[in-house]
Order: sequence, then structure tokens, then C-alpha cells
Amino acid sequence: MAIFLTKDSKVIVQGMTGATGMKHTKLMLGDGTNIVGGVNPRKAGTKVDFDGTEVPVFGTVKEAMEATGANVSVLFVPPAFSKAAVVEAIDAEIPLAVVITEGIAVHDSAAFWAYAKSKGNKTRIIGPNCPGLITPGQSNAGIIPGDITKPGRIGLVSKSGTLTYQMMYELRDLGFSSAVGIGGDPVIGTTHIDALEAFEADPDTDLIVMIGEIGGDAEERAADYIAKHVTKPVVGYVAGFTAPEGKTMGHAGAIVSGSSGTAQAKKEALEAAGVKVGKTPTETAKLARELLS
Amino acid sequence: MDLFEYQARDLFAKHGVPVLAGEVIDTPEAAREATERLGGKSVIKAQVKVGGRGKAGGVKLAATPDEAVARATDILGMDIKGHTVHKVMIAETAPEILEEYYVSYLLDRTNRTFLAMASVQGGVEIEVVAEENPDALAKVPVDANEGVSKEKAQEIVAKAKFPAEVADQVADILVTLWDTFIKEDALLVEVNPLAKVASGKVIALDGKVSLDENADFRQPDHEALEDKDAANPLEAAAKAKNLNYVKLDGEVGIIGNGAGLVMSTLDVVAYAGENHGNVKPANFLDIGGGASAQVMANGLEIILGDPDVKSVFVNVFGGITACDEVANGIVQALALLADKGEAVTKPLVVRLDGNNAELGRKILSDANHPLVQRVDTMDGAADKAAELAAAAK
Repeated sequence: MAIFLTKDSKVIVQGMTGATGMKHTKLMLGDGTNIVGGVNPRKAGTKVDFDGTEVPVFGTVKEAMEATGANVSVLFVPPAFSKAAVVEAIDAEIPLAVVITEGIAVHDSAAFWAYAKSKGNKTRIIGPNCPGLITPGQSNAGIIPGDITKPGRIGLVSKSGTLTYQMMYELRDLGFSSAVGIGGDPVIGTTHIDALEAFEADPDTDLIVMIGEIGGDAEERAADYIAKHVTKPVVGYVAGFTAPEGKTMGHAGAIVSGSSGTAQAKKEALEAAGVKVGKTPTETAKLARELLS
Repeated sequence: MDLFEYQARDLFAKHGVPVLAGEVIDTPEAAREATERLGGKSVIKAQVKVGGRGKAGGVKLAATPDEAVARATDILGMDIKGHTVHKVMIAETAPEILEEYYVSYLLDRTNRTFLAMASVQGGVEIEVVAEENPDALAKVPVDANEGVSKEKAQEIVAKAKFPAEVADQVADILVTLWDTFIKEDALLVEVNPLAKVASGKVIALDGKVSLDENADFRQPDHEALEDKDAANPLEAAAKAKNLNYVKLDGEVGIIGNGAGLVMSTLDVVAYAGENHGNVKPANFLDIGGGASAQVMANGLEIILGDPDVKSVFVNVFGGITACDEVANGIVQALALLADKGEAVTKPLVVRLDGNNAELGRKILSDANHPLVQRVDTMDGAADKAAELAAAAK
């Protein structure tokens, strides 16, 4: 099963022919992802060869979907053009759009989110500024390394890319059903709550690891959701206890404003919801291990 | 990026929000001419990016140009909540103020939409109004694609219960303020107070603007608004090298890849410091994915140039990046710094995990640099780095 992405997912790549798109399309293919096309209006009709796999390039997302039955798009489009690319994916009503791009202006992400909403949220957006998602052994839509771990029964949702990798590595012997990087921007499509809901419903997930960081109140709201709706065990980790007030820590959304968005408040909210919260990534992995044994 | 009041005022004026005349100066003597240009009297307002400057004595009236020079002399150099005043705005004196209101636009992260906030109880900190009298603060969601038309503005005005005689003016201001918000790619535009003066006119007397640096590619004018003087010199040097760096007040220099992992590294070092003389992280530095030897060298150079740093912790998880490349980067970075004649004297603790970790660790072992130690777990390496910093303190 897994969430959002399976071996049956047919994936296209918007921005495939750029340097980053080329590099990661090759890696995704290597992880077994069924990549059926790329999108670039200036190169429509051509094919790109990835070590013997020929991937056709289409002019639009709509054309790619009509020709291939694609149901997932991964976007490696530069920030200045990302809004138009996401709007195109929404207009084509592709079920899942994974926006890897970092550095998208907030007015653009707020605009494409409002647009997706006005169109009835037919397209699930993951990101922006995220590593994408992986269902080990089946499919990889984004930049998460495919060789850290194997299929298993842990579900992972995280704001941070490298902490996703770190946690997958710590628990590599147990394996994961799916790991979803939702991104560290102030406006993101898929939230912790969306992933928690999907993992709760996924028969192949036994335990959920949730990684948060300073900024906003997504973790607090996730804690509330867990208390009310999640029956599976959840282990949490929050980064940024030592972050000073008013400074952006790498991710555009990672900022403590006044007394809101602190790691301490998030940890307390999660613990109040019955989530075991680790002090370090290693301790968090240990907590997950104990709950699974 | 938060702006000074005078910069916010300029942006308001550019987009048609009514403001008073004013100019910014940085020497007391300049206050004389500026005040003469305003007809002989003025308000001298400290330019600091912190609230409460009025109470701190950072806003003074001057009835004559001489008095303006005296007040500017008092205020320039003043310390307001840890912020030194380097500039003052010489502003037109406000006509008699009858009422003070509040209006703003900002991002509502929770609901992933923009939000208009308005209140007829302005002139005080809006957090206080929100806390003590939440009904007096109207909050109206604004769709990013629909924006604020005159009709939408009237809805906000009605919800905040503005008096009928100013309703139309405030609605017009809300439309021009929305223009400021959208056209400048702002994360926040706030007018407080928005004042009704004796003539019945409504004017923005003070304001705050925060801009989105991710929009710099389409906002070429924004670079000039940066307060380069106030930036920490290490932060400025890091920015010039395109490094994502934040100076903190501890002793353990931190380099890592990925914002989340680096934030986590700071925390783990702070915990380890509790057992080692309470040392703390000295900085945040994310070198990102695929760090080349040059990027590593740039990062190390900034961190080793920080006199507060007593030890350095390089914490890398090789995702797409291979650890052997990172290890080569560290070795080459140390060689590059040595070639530049910069003696490296501070100990480095390196933890490499993930893609090609074994190869990377071997490269470090083979290089056998006297200052580089390898510890293969994140918690263990943090402990070692804290111990070394405490020993050198």
C-alpha cells in the first residue's frame, strides 16, 4: 500500500531537461520509479536517453497526461517559473504535484495554493522546498536517496530533508512504508495532518515518525489531530530549541516570532497528545524501535 | 527583511498611502535644514527596528530648527532595547490627532491565506488589543488571487466598525496598502497608528513593512533597502559568499548540510554543552547539498574567523551528496586555507554518515590532519566538540 505513491504511479517531471531535473530523473529511474515523460514546451516531441531508458518530452502537463496516463508530477522548475508550472499542473488536474524547488516567493506559493483550493483541491501538492516522497522498493518522487533503507512498516513525515534521511538511516534495518518530506516553507500544500491521516488509514504502516521544526503552528495542530484521530503509535522530533527569536534558520518558514513557533511549545503539545518526543534524532529512533519491538 | 519606518513610509507613499512629509538623516546638523524645509518645526523620530521607541525617548517634537538639532543630538547614538540609533527621520509635525486606528496585511500561515487585520483601537501594540479586547480586532481572510478591491476593503472597514465619516477614506487606504503588500512582495505591511487628524483626513503616521527575500529576483530595488551597517560582519561575509549563516552567542562552530539537520545539530551541541562548561553553538551554517571543496572552505573560513569559536563540529549526512566528496572537501579546504596563509588552530570534529560514509571516513583518517578528529555518531561528535570547546575556553 504505502501513501500517495506506489509502484503503479506514473510519474512525469516538469523541468526534467534542466541540470537538476536530469540528475534526479536518472536517480529516480534507478530507484524503479515509472517515469513516463518530461515537460518542456521548447523541447516537446524530443526524447531524453537515461542510460538506455528513453523518456519522451511533452509540451504541457495535459499532453503528457493524455499520452501516458501520468498521475504524479515532480517539479524541478526554477523559483521564478514555479507558480506558472504548479498552476499548469492544477489546471491539468494531475492528482499529485511534488514541488521540490526551494526559494519560491511567498506571494507565489500563497497564490498557487489559493488557486488549487478554488479548483476543489483535485491536485494534492507536496512542498514546495521539500525532498519529495519515497515508497521504498516501489517508487521515488523527488530527491530522497533511494538506497538508505528498504520497505518496512514505519511511516515518516518531516519538514526537513536531511532529518528525513537521518531518521531513515537510523531505522534502516526496520524499513519504511513511505517517507514524505512536506517542506519548510511558510505555505505548503500537504501538511503533517494530511500525512498522519493517510498513514493512519494505510494498512502497511504500524508506527508513524513525525519530524517538525520551529515556525508556525503545524506541529501543535498535528498534536491536536493525533489526540483525536490517530490510533497508531506516533514518535516525534522537533528541531530548533536553540534558535534565537526573529532569525530565519535556513528554511524560509523556520522562524520563532515573538513567543510563537518555539520548539518547546511544539514538544509540549505533542507530548500532551501522547506522542513520545525524542531529544535528539538518535533518541527518537530509539523510541520508535522500542515501540515496534 | 524588516524595514525601517522611513523605508516603510517611502513604500507607502510610492503606492498612494497618505503619509506625512519626512526625510532621514544621520547627523544632528542635517536636522536644521530638514526642519527648515518643513516650515521650521518637526518631529524627530529614532529609526530602530524595535517597538516602544516613544516610551524610550526616541520621538521628540522640535518647535524650531535649533531645537531640532538639539533633539537629533540627543537621539542619535541612543540605545533603544539594544538597538543603537544611527538614523533619525525628520518628519512633518502631525496636525492634531483625533483618533488612532490600526490596519495591516500579513500571511496567515495556519490557514495558508493572506489576512487583513483592522481595529479602531490603534496607537498601542496590537498584540495587547488582540489579548485584552479580541473583539476590537477584525480579521478578514484575503484570497491571494482575488486581492483587495474597494468592495473587499469596505467589508474590512465594516467588520472593524470604522466610524462612518472615515469609512470611505479608510477603504481607499486599504486598497493602496494592498497594492504595497502585493507589488513589493511584502510578508507584512502594518500602519499603526492610522490617524484621523483635525482636518478629518486619515493619514498613516507610523508603519512596519517586512519584505520577502525570496522575491528579490523580481524586486531589484529591494537590495538598496538592506541595512548593511547593522549586519553582523560575519553574517555579512557569509552572505557575500552565498552561505546560509546565522551568528549565535556560543563557542562551538557548526557546519552541516540541510537546514533541519543543522538546527538539530545546534540543539544536540547545546545538550552536550550542559556537561561541558555550558558551551553553546556559535552559529548556524547550512552548506546545502553537494557541497564542493570551495563551499566547505568558504564555510570553514567564516567559522574559523569568528573569535568566539573554540572548536568546530562538521556534521554531514550524505544523502545525494557522497561523504567521500565531503571528506575531500574538508581536506582540500584546510589546504586552501593553509595556502592562503591562514593558520588553522581550532580543533575540528567531523561526523560523516550516509552515502559513502566509509570511504569518507577513510579519506579523513588517511589525511591524518592533526586538528581533525572523526567521531562517527552525531551525539558522540557533539559531545566531543563541546568538550574541546570547554577545554579551550
